[in-house]
Amino acid sequence: MKKKLFFIFIIYAILKPNISFSLVEIDITRGNLDPMPISVSPFFSDKITDNKIKDNLNIENLGLEISKIIENNLEKTGLFDAIEKEAFLQKPDIAHLKPRFEDWALIKSQVLITGKVTSKNINDKDYINIEFKLWDVLGAKMVDGFSLTTTPRSWRRVGHKISDKVYERLTGESGYFDTRIIYVAEEGPKTQRVKKLALMDQDGFNTKYITLGNELVLTPRFNPANDKEITYMSYFRDMPRVYVVNLQTGEQKVVGDFRGMTFAPRFSPDGKKLIMSLAKDGNSEIWVRDLETNIQEKLTDHPSIDTSPSYSPDGKFITFNSDRSGYQQIYVMRSDGSKVKRISFGKGIYGTPVWSPRGDLIAFTKLHKGKFFIGVMRTDGSGERLLTENFYQEAPSWSPNGRIIIFYRETKTDDEGQGFSAKLWSIDLTGYNERLVKTETDASDPSWSSLLGN
Amino acid sequence: MNLSKIFKNAFLVFVFGLILAACATKKSVKTTTESSTTTKAAETVEQQKADPIEKLDALMQGDVYVGSDTVGELASGVPDRVFFATNETILTTASRETLRKQAAWLRQNSDVTVVVEGHADERGTREYNLALGERRANAAKDYLMTYGVSSDRIKVISYGKERPVDSGSNPLSWSKNRRSVTVKAN
Repeated sequence: MKKKLFFIFIIYAILKPNISFSLVEIDITRGNLDPMPISVSPFFSDKITDNKIKDNLNIENLGLEISKIIENNLEKTGLFDAIEKEAFLQKPDIAHLKPRFEDWALIKSQVLITGKVTSKNINDKDYINIEFKLWDVLGAKMVDGFSLTTTPRSWRRVGHKISDKVYERLTGESGYFDTRIIYVAEEGPKTQRVKKLALMDQDGFNTKYITLGNELVLTPRFNPANDKEITYMSYFRDMPRVYVVNLQTGEQKVVGDFRGMTFAPRFSPDGKKLIMSLAKDGNSEIWVRDLETNIQEKLTDHPSIDTSPSYSPDGKFITFNSDRSGYQQIYVMRSDGSKVKRISFGKGIYGTPVWSPRGDLIAFTKLHKGKFFIGVMRTDGSGERLLTENFYQEAPSWSPNGRIIIFYRETKTDDEGQGFSAKLWSIDLTGYNERLVKTETDASDPSWSSLLGN
Repeated sequence: MNLSKIFKNAFLVFVFGLILAACATKKSVKTTTESSTTTKAAETVEQQKADPIEKLDALMQGDVYVGSDTVGELASGVPDRVFFATNETILTTASRETLRKQAAWLRQNSDVTVVVEGHADERGTREYNLALGERRANAAKDYLMTYGVSSDRIKVISYGKERPVDSGSNPLSWSKNRRSVTVKAN
């Protein structure tokens, strides 16, 4: 009975502030909800636009493709259920102008998304204008919408921006669809893996390889303040070092040029600093480097292994893992290295702590009784919650809204040492909606970007 | 409330019973198919399976690998690698003996420089394993230095879990991968 009351209270607290401006709302604090039925009408376009787009992009029906991006994004949240387009009674152009709400209610749709694509020519250059509207079917009214003009080749991003808008409007949380994931693409036998840096849209499209696979590369991470910049570790010339790369210009610089090995890099929330580990003479410590002044400073001072540092979103604290107690455990310290405090006390060993962008949780990897878990705990170590268990998985990275964790999972090989694979997976903070994230090759070490800028 | 609980329990017991029944039928089906295959073939398969387990004892002490599979030579009669226990960087008696042989050979061949590569098994997080490999390589380096090899002849590199020699996912494979390997650099 107590449990039930608590439940009702949560729903009430989440829903209350939003009730006043919209009828359709989704509570995303639970993962096992019945998904909300939603219709995404194909975006309509005229003949002239169709021909232009065919010339530019070689796509037959761009409006349909955009609607599929939105459907796919929303369905993958586990919160929405896209109704089959064959069931739609109204044509896309009329639906966008003025939906006949009874027709959409008849097929049990609570929400309708419509849109229109128009080609434009500005200063002799081709552009596309995309208009979208979000309709509340039961309330019989338009609740949101926008129109934007962009170069034809950015069309997928428009689909993601619309998805973000819908998600934000219906859940009250910020979106995460117009984002990218940087990861390590893997190929070849387990004993001789070839690894490359790869970048893709959050939904697995537009994969680009950033390195050629000539040297071992590991642990790429986005700059949270600049989605054009990443840091990673490379064994270029057999010298394991931390690098920072500008994805637009391709400019690359070594930032961890110490005697010894630099690894486990991560940006500060403002992107101005980089924290990393330096291993030298058998001891790993955490260092910070100011990327503007190039001044570097040692933050930990202990003969144990101190690694995997991650800043709190306000930049005031750093969480990291250390085996100073005998086994890997999670610690938090001030960002100047003072006030080191152990926070993990559960059974097993803990690694790869990553601070949530919301600031209230730390995601981690845990090894206990031969199994690997991805979990979250509060920043004082309380409220530990294990989200997923497997033979091997690690390296959690948060979606920019702090609702989803992406990580990689490796399979156990058989008696002949065959059957190895590494894949990206995602799971909701609730512990529900675990999904394989499709990649062209095997993949590991994912890092999720912030919402993309222009 | 209580009544519904009783019903619920009764229902659970019923379901559990069904599951048991289902299991039992499955099993009986299985045995019939198994008995149809020749017993001789089954026996040989079982023997083959048993062999590696018996060998395991001889190949590992505690969980440190003591076999010779994967072990190469730095020079004739000088093994190139030493093995470690899980999460450990302590050199075993056998490891120290190997490293003394390496040191003796390096003292005799003073123009040779080496790289000591530190490795970890796949049962740890990538970043921690990089640090662990570095620690292992340095444990070997320090020992070589104690036996008269100057530090400027020894470079250290950690590969963490990135370069396993054995692709298996079992304790024996992992024990072969927890290693530091001394490789000629010139």
